[in-house]
Amino acid sequence: MSPTTVRRRPVAGYAVVLLGLLVAGLSYAAITSAGAATTTPRSLSGNAQLAMGRHIFLQECASCHGLFAQGVQGIAPSLIGVGSAAVDFQVSTGRMPAKEPAEENPRRSLPKSTDQIHDPQQIRALAAYIQSLGGGPTIPTRADVSQSGANYGLGQQLFTADCAQCHNFDGAGGALTYGKYAPALTKSTPTQIFEAMLTGPEAMPVFNNTTITPQQKRDIIAYVIQTRNQPNPGGFSLGRVGPVTEGLVVFLGMLLFMVLAALWITAKHGKAHE
Amino acid sequence: MSDETAGHRPGDHEPGDHAADDLFAKHAAAGHDDDAAQHEQERPHRVIGTPPPAESRSLLGGPADGEAGVPAVRERELPTEPDNPESAKRAERVVVACFLIAMLAGLAFLASYFIFGVHTVTAVQHSNLALGGTLALVFLGLGVGAVIWVRRLMPDVEITEERHPLRSAPEDRAAFQQTFEDGAEASQFVKRPMVRRALIAATVPVAVAPILLLRDLGPLPGKKLDHTVWRKGLRLLNYGANTPIRTGDFSSPGGMITVVPDGYQDNFDALAKAAVIIIKFAPGQVHYTTRNYPVPGQTVENWTVDNIVAYSKICTHVGCPAALYEQTTHHILCPCHQSTFDATRGAKVIFGPATRPLPQLPMTVDAQGYLVARSDFTEPVGPSFWERGPSV
Repeated sequence: MSPTTVRRRPVAGYAVVLLGLLVAGLSYAAITSAGAATTTPRSLSGNAQLAMGRHIFLQECASCHGLFAQGVQGIAPSLIGVGSAAVDFQVSTGRMPAKEPAEENPRRSLPKSTDQIHDPQQIRALAAYIQSLGGGPTIPTRADVSQSGANYGLGQQLFTADCAQCHNFDGAGGALTYGKYAPALTKSTPTQIFEAMLTGPEAMPVFNNTTITPQQKRDIIAYVIQTRNQPNPGGFSLGRVGPVTEGLVVFLGMLLFMVLAALWITAKHGKAHE
Repeated sequence: MSDETAGHRPGDHEPGDHAADDLFAKHAAAGHDDDAAQHEQERPHRVIGTPPPAESRSLLGGPADGEAGVPAVRERELPTEPDNPESAKRAERVVVACFLIAMLAGLAFLASYFIFGVHTVTAVQHSNLALGGTLALVFLGLGVGAVIWVRRLMPDVEITEERHPLRSAPEDRAAFQQTFEDGAEASQFVKRPMVRRALIAATVPVAVAPILLLRDLGPLPGKKLDHTVWRKGLRLLNYGANTPIRTGDFSSPGGMITVVPDGYQDNFDALAKAAVIIIKFAPGQVHYTTRNYPVPGQTVENWTVDNIVAYSKICTHVGCPAALYEQTTHHILCPCHQSTFDATRGAKVIFGPATRPLPQLPMTVDAQGYLVARSDFTEPVGPSFWERGPSV
């Protein structure tokens, strides 16, 4: 045996292969969870609701948006005229109240603490109060976001033409400039998708009801919801962001596998040399 | 080449090679035909699909008859049995298991071709998984089995195989030349030039054909890249819904949609150049020029309607659809290479590899109040090309 030939135990070889496979497998980690459920808030009417909304506004929002929701230059925009749809979207997705100004407020689940806005009824009340200040787009009704009888094909066409450039063809989201990003739509409720189109939160353009009609918005929502239910027969969706992650997995995972396989094939088999 | 140069030149060989040369000479002289006939009779009954029984355990037949004066070539016996019969037995079972898995996976591949239909998208996905998975298992089983076979059962002995010189023997070469010349004479190819020339003439068109087929790479685009299908009075359609747009409907500042020329919504060749995005701005956001031609860093006001501006959707870098519009910063971002355009300043480039702004589509409204094109783009859209000429 030449001094450069190192004798290996076969077990060690298998351990290396297994370790490699484990590392490759872990790099797959793409975990998705089910979307948040919609809840029907108990109705609270008229002045009682407005009073509750005003109370919440003063407690949670006024420090940035001003006592009269007029906005503060350089800190927070005016909320007069943004409408209840914008309030419902921002608060129900956990983006508002924001802790601090950020390029992009991430989606958060509603806090459990009863000190903060934690109840859909509170959101409705706050939305009604903002709506009373200067009008604006209103929260869509249950019928507005119903997917029954929706045209999935038209929804896909519209999504491809006007949404997919930022949110990805499957609603997986994507990067924008300077730390901003288009969020994934995997957890958005139909109501939130409708409100986002209507109000254009953050960097998103506005798609008002006379440009993209409510019926067309329902078609788009139906398409987005439908893509979530598509199976992943291979087992890994890889985030459904297309060829980049797939190529990365193939390159890192399969390349590692093939290197290990090549090592195994060409490794000297100790016994034959004895 | 003459026979002299074809012959052996002993000076070329190292002394050690003489043994091999002599050996080959001996084999050639032995007379192959007689040997073959003898072996045919002696050969035992053989099962179809198995290799013929080895004549000798030595890969390179040594001097079996031990002729005097010929140095014996070192014998390289291949071991008939592995060193460790127990280990070999285990390896044999593993190899057989691998091949059986490959066989079963192959049968599963055939079965899944029939089991999984392709009538829906989901069915296609399942079919792909089944076909690809089983086929991968087939090749994996074969490959792993073969490697284990080689590593655990086959002897790990290095063998050097000596080879004959590539050059034929002088008498063979002479015989070939004679045969060739006789054949050429007998075929009348030399004697009858008419036949020969007709044959050559017959092959010339076929030989030229591949060169002629290069024509299909053309024709040259001519002026096609300079223009799109946009023309005066053509309505802008909301792409997807394919409905015309009133300025009063597209009224929310921060709005952005993709539009296509009326009548061309299904013509992808035309849309590859003619796709446009329109953006609605709040008053005072856009830096306008009052001139009727593009000015660097400014948007042509006369080509806009009520703060609605139309830009080509085709990136001027390499032609990706640039439509990631941020309504807070008014940036249009191209997803391919991050070219960024400022929509309030005539879509001038503020970041990335693009070198020219997105061309602005001249717009106006028709009698019914719908957005229409005022004319085609005043410059070629999309990436640069050789004949494009200087940019505006």
